[in-house]
Amino acid sequence: MDLTIVWESMPRLLGGTVLTLEITFLSLLAGLCLAVPVAVARLSYRRILWMPAYGYMLYFRGTPLLVQLFLVYYGSGQFQPLLDQAGVWFLFREAYFCALLTLTLNTAAYTAEILRGAISAVPRGEIEAARSLGMSGLLLYRRIILPKAFRLALPAYTNEAIFLLQATSLVSIITLLDLTGVARIIVARSFEPYKLYITVALIYLAITYLVAFAARHAERHLSAHLRERPVEGVAGASGR
Amino acid sequence: MVTLDLHGYGWMLWRGLGLTILVGLGAMGLAVALGLLGAWGKLSRYRAARWLAGTYTTVIRGVPELILILLVYYGVPTLVQDLAASAGRDLRVDLNPFVAGIATIGLIYGAFATEVFRGAIQAVPRGQIEAARAFGMGRALLLRRVVLPQMWRFALPGLGNVWMVLIKATALISVIQLEELMRSADIAARATRLPFTFFFAASLFYLGITIASMLIQRRIESWSYRGAPRGQG
Repeated sequence: MDLTIVWESMPRLLGGTVLTLEITFLSLLAGLCLAVPVAVARLSYRRILWMPAYGYMLYFRGTPLLVQLFLVYYGSGQFQPLLDQAGVWFLFREAYFCALLTLTLNTAAYTAEILRGAISAVPRGEIEAARSLGMSGLLLYRRIILPKAFRLALPAYTNEAIFLLQATSLVSIITLLDLTGVARIIVARSFEPYKLYITVALIYLAITYLVAFAARHAERHLSAHLRERPVEGVAGASGR
Repeated sequence: MVTLDLHGYGWMLWRGLGLTILVGLGAMGLAVALGLLGAWGKLSRYRAARWLAGTYTTVIRGVPELILILLVYYGVPTLVQDLAASAGRDLRVDLNPFVAGIATIGLIYGAFATEVFRGAIQAVPRGQIEAARAFGMGRALLLRRVVLPQMWRFALPGLGNVWMVLIKATALISVIQLEELMRSADIAARATRLPFTFFFAASLFYLGITIASMLIQRRIESWSYRGAPRGQG
């Protein structure tokens, strides 16, 4: 089979890969920052806090990302005078900004759901112990609940990161030249769809499993103090 | 709440919704069939079947849905044509977007269903299987009388999740020009120049499907646990 088209497009595909990774990383970071307060609000007993958080999470988890992307990118045009007046229209004109905004809002909703589960799974005893030491409110969250919740959430969060990486391929539909976007343009010109799409699929596959591999190492590292001690320690103890 | 004025394009969205649900149900049927096959492969005694099922789930879950849709819709016909050309024959292949959509979405979510079924089959208590063996049940009878009836109960929550992700993924079929909900909203948005109105309306349709699915799932799950002692299973 003639694979010259694949070799010739490799530099551009790798350029697209950089944009894919950049968008994934930035929206993950912004999404995590947004997800923490949303998850805490979702678990609040006050209606004014949990109801908006619930509605936000339901909407962004219950509708397709593509619709959300179109709603922000094309939909914002319907409010152009309003956005112009607010001085933010120049942002919504950019596909890059719209993609980052939508992906951030989307992943924050999924991450908040993961964190909600993790925060509820923090053992009651630890929270009671902290309270009996006089910790409350923010200090309790910062020192006890969130560190434990993050550790509990890590496996699910890794999955979310991988899903988001793949979801970024949708930004190609709103004209961005990420890995998928570059491939679509080259296909439109060369009409060699299967060679390029299979190459791109392999690149995504490689990134996905690199991320999964790195995450498993990070998990082992973060839970090192929870693992059983090496057997030789036990042998030493019995010898004493 | 503000009512959405759809400028007479409402019927188009409803028709799109019908097609979306149709594609979703077709793809779900295919996904369940592939999932059962995949789970059988993963738990098989034969190394080749295990390898095949493992490769299937690994590849599908590591590649974006959009790439797989483009690959099936644009890649497969040209691949077939190229192969035919190298065999010296002139062949023109065109895939129907409806069929291609169901096939691709079903293929993708079959990989997720495989994991659901594998987990569910393994969740059937070993003791029951041993007891059935002790009664002299063969493999087929054991599967039909003991494993499959209980496996469904364990698989239902996972399958519900697969369905809810799957129905949202059907929006991607709009890129291959099938006039489902998303594509209908797009056409209406272009014609009326009211993109926000129509994409928001479409998003509410999807949200409606999600909420309805959540309620139905809860119903089916409590039904599937009828007769099972609480706190078990």
